[in-house]
Amino acid sequence: MGSVQTAVHSKNIALIGNPNCGKTTLFNELTGLRQKVGNYPGVTVEKKEGRVIFENGVSASILDLPGTYSLTANSPDEKVATDVLLGRVVHTPAPDLVVCVVDATNLERNLYLVSQIIDRHLPVIVALTMIDLAEELGIEIDVKRLERELGVRVVSIIANKGIGISELKDAMLRTTNATSKPRQWQLPDAVHKETEELVSILRNRHQLADQQAFHDAILLLTSQSDLLDHMDRFDPEVREHVKRDHQKLDFLGFDRQSVFVESRYEWIKLICAASTKQTARSKMGTSDKIDRFVTHRIWGFFIFLGLMTVVFQTIFTWANAPMELIGNGFDWVGQQVTALIPPGDLQDLTVNGAIAGVAAVVTFLPQILFLFLFLGLLEDTGYMSRAAFIMDRLMSKVGLHGKSFIPMLSSFACAIPGIMATRTIENPKDRLVTMLVSPLISCSARLPVYTLLIAAFIPNTNVLGIFSLAGITMVSMYLLGLVAALAMAWLFKKTLLRSAPPIFIMELPPYRLPSLRSVLLQMWERSWLFLKRAGTFILGVSIILWFLASYPRLDNVSAAEQLKHSLAGQAGHLIEPLIKPLGFDWRIGIGLVGSILQREVFVSTMGTIYNIQNADENEGSVSLRQQMQQDRDPATGAPTFTVLTAICLMVYYVLAMQCMSTVAVMRRETNGWKWPLFQIGYMTTLAYSVTFVVYRIGLYIGLGG
Amino acid sequence: MESTIEVQLDTMIPGERGTVSRINTVGSALKQRLLEMGLIRGTLVELVRVAPMGDPIEVRVRGYRLSMRRLEAESVIILKATH
Repeated sequence: MGSVQTAVHSKNIALIGNPNCGKTTLFNELTGLRQKVGNYPGVTVEKKEGRVIFENGVSASILDLPGTYSLTANSPDEKVATDVLLGRVVHTPAPDLVVCVVDATNLERNLYLVSQIIDRHLPVIVALTMIDLAEELGIEIDVKRLERELGVRVVSIIANKGIGISELKDAMLRTTNATSKPRQWQLPDAVHKETEELVSILRNRHQLADQQAFHDAILLLTSQSDLLDHMDRFDPEVREHVKRDHQKLDFLGFDRQSVFVESRYEWIKLICAASTKQTARSKMGTSDKIDRFVTHRIWGFFIFLGLMTVVFQTIFTWANAPMELIGNGFDWVGQQVTALIPPGDLQDLTVNGAIAGVAAVVTFLPQILFLFLFLGLLEDTGYMSRAAFIMDRLMSKVGLHGKSFIPMLSSFACAIPGIMATRTIENPKDRLVTMLVSPLISCSARLPVYTLLIAAFIPNTNVLGIFSLAGITMVSMYLLGLVAALAMAWLFKKTLLRSAPPIFIMELPPYRLPSLRSVLLQMWERSWLFLKRAGTFILGVSIILWFLASYPRLDNVSAAEQLKHSLAGQAGHLIEPLIKPLGFDWRIGIGLVGSILQREVFVSTMGTIYNIQNADENEGSVSLRQQMQQDRDPATGAPTFTVLTAICLMVYYVLAMQCMSTVAVMRRETNGWKWPLFQIGYMTTLAYSVTFVVYRIGLYIGLGG
Repeated sequence: MESTIEVQLDTMIPGERGTVSRINTVGSALKQRLLEMGLIRGTLVELVRVAPMGDPIEVRVRGYRLSMRRLEAESVIILKATH
C-alpha cells in the first residue's frame, strides 16, 4: 500500500471527453466543492481545477478539460484540451492519468477520442457514463469485453446518482501505466507502409518519441501538399519526402484526409460489434418527440419567444426586490457611516465614493445570479443548442453564429451578463464580435435617461390614433441600439475580425434533466468572478470620479455651485467646444462626465445642477423636468434644452459606452486592455458621428427651435 | 437490384436517408470535423428536419443528432436509393 501512496501522492489527473458526455457532473461528484475556476494563460478558456480525495486519505489534483471531439484541435477549447494532455501549457503539468468520459448512448463517436488518447500512450481509464440511458434505448454494453478490446480499464458509472464512483476512484489509484497493447487499428497496406516509413524518418531526423512521430506523420500525410512549405518545424528533406508520399497515395486513389479517420472508425465498429448488443428495436426517443414541437416551423418560434420572455421577465421581477434590498442596505450603511464619521472629506469619500462605488457593482449581482441560473438550465437541458439552431439563420446574415443570439438578448437587461454569456460561443472571433457589439443594445440603465428626457421634451401626442409619440420615441431608441449592434457586428466580421466562415456543425444533445447542483455551482462561480474582478476596478474608478466632482472645495456654496466649480464641472466647460456641434452645452457636459461610471447617474447629476433635491432615478421628478424645460442660456435667452437636444442626447446615450462595469468585465473576459479600449473608442466615435448627423438633420428640418 | 444516385446532403428532404459517399472539399477543417464526427464513407445518414427559417438542417448519424448549415451540407455527398 505504501508504494501506491507515494506513487499517487501528487498525481495530476485530467478529465477529458466529448461535449455533453456528463464530464462536468462527474467532476462535481469527484471533487465536491473542492474546486476553483480560472483561465488558461493567454486564452479565454475556463480552467476548472479541483481535488479528489481517495478512501485511503490520499488526494490528487484533477482538471476538468474543455469538451472535445478529437485531439485535432478545431477550436480554442479543443486546442487547450490537447495542449494540456501533452503538457504544453505553462503552469499546468502534463497529467499522470487521463480519465476519458464516454457517453454510453453514443459509443462510436466517443471512442474516437479514446482511440486518439490511447495512441498518445498516456495512462487512461474510461469512465462509461449514462449506462442507464443506454439501457432505455435498448443498448446493452458488455463492460468486461469492452475493456479487453480497448486494452484499458473501463468503469461504468451513473454520475448524478453516485453509482460506480468509488470503483472509479479505486481504478484511479491503481492505474499508473499506459496500456501495453500495441496499436490495434489498421491502415490499408500502402498507407501503412508510407506512414511507418515516415515515422522512422521523423524519429531519426527530429528525435521524436514514437507517439509524437506517429501523430506528426498523420498530420503531414493528411495535409494539403501546398501547405507543406509553411510547416517549417520539419526540415526540408522531410517535407520533400512527404510530397513524394502525397503523390504516391493520390495516385493510388486514396483520399488522404479520410483514410486515417476511416481506419480508426473501422476498428471502433469491430469493438462495438463485439461488446454491445441492441436488445430492443430503438424506438423514437423522447428527445425526438420534444423536438417535433421545440424546433417546429411555427411552434418553435413561439416556444422560443415564450421561453425568452419568461426568462427575462423573471430576471427583472425576481431581481428587482433583492436589488432594492441591496440598494437600501448600502443606503443604511451610508447613514451609519455618516453618523460615525464627522462631516468632512473623509465622510464624503467613504459614503459617496467608496460605499457608492461598491453598491454600484453589488446591485448588479441579483441580475447576474438569475441570468446564470437560467443560462445554466438552458444549457444543461439541451435547449441552448436548439435556440442556436432556430436563430442561426438570422445571425448568419451578419456573419455570426446562432449562439450569439442569447448574449445579445441578455444585453437588453444588462451588457455585463450579456458579455459573460458569450462564453458559450466557441469561435474566438465570433465571441469577440458579440462582446464588442452587446453594449450597443439598450440596457435597463438607459431607461431612466430615456424616461426623463422623453417625459420632459417629447409631446405626448397621438400618432395614427393608437400610438403615442413618447412611446414611439422610446421604441425607436431600442431599435436604434439593436440595428447599430447588428450593423457593427456585420462591419467587424467584414473587416477587422474577418475569418473564414466559422464551422457551424453542432451536436443537438438529447434533452436531459438538469443537475441542479452543477447549475448552482456554475452560477455561484461566475458571479463570484464578476464581483472579484469588476469590483476592485469599479471601486477605484468611483473614488476618482468622486474626487473630480468634489474638488477643489469651496466654502458655503450650494451643491450646484460646488459641482460647477469642481474638476468635473471644469471638464464640462472644457469639453463644451467638443460637444457644441452636437447641440450640447457645458451643463450637459458635466452630466456626460459624471455618468461615465454608469448612465443613470446622468439623472442625479442634472438634479444637482438644477438644485433639485432627490431627483428620482426612476421618473425624473416633475420639478427637474420643469427646470430643464424652462432653462435659458443667460447670454442669448435661447433654451438650453429643445426637443432636438433631448433626441440627440438620447441617441448619444444609446450608442456611447458610459458604463465602467462593462469596461471592467470586457477587460476580464478578454484578458487585457486592448479590446475594452477599442470598444470605448469605436462606441464614442459612433455615438459622436451619429448624434452629429441627427443634430444637423434636426436643425435642417426645423426641430431646433 | 436497387439503383443509387449521388446527391448533396442539402438537397435531401426530411425523412430521406442515404449513406455517405464522400466529403467533397479538400484539406479543410470542415472536412476534418465532418469526418471525425463520424460522417465517413458508408455511414447511414437521415435528414431529420430543417430549422424554421430553412437553414440549418438536422441529421441523424450514428445514433446522435447533428446540425449543420446548408453551405456545409453541400460538401457531403450522399448515395441515395432511387425508387
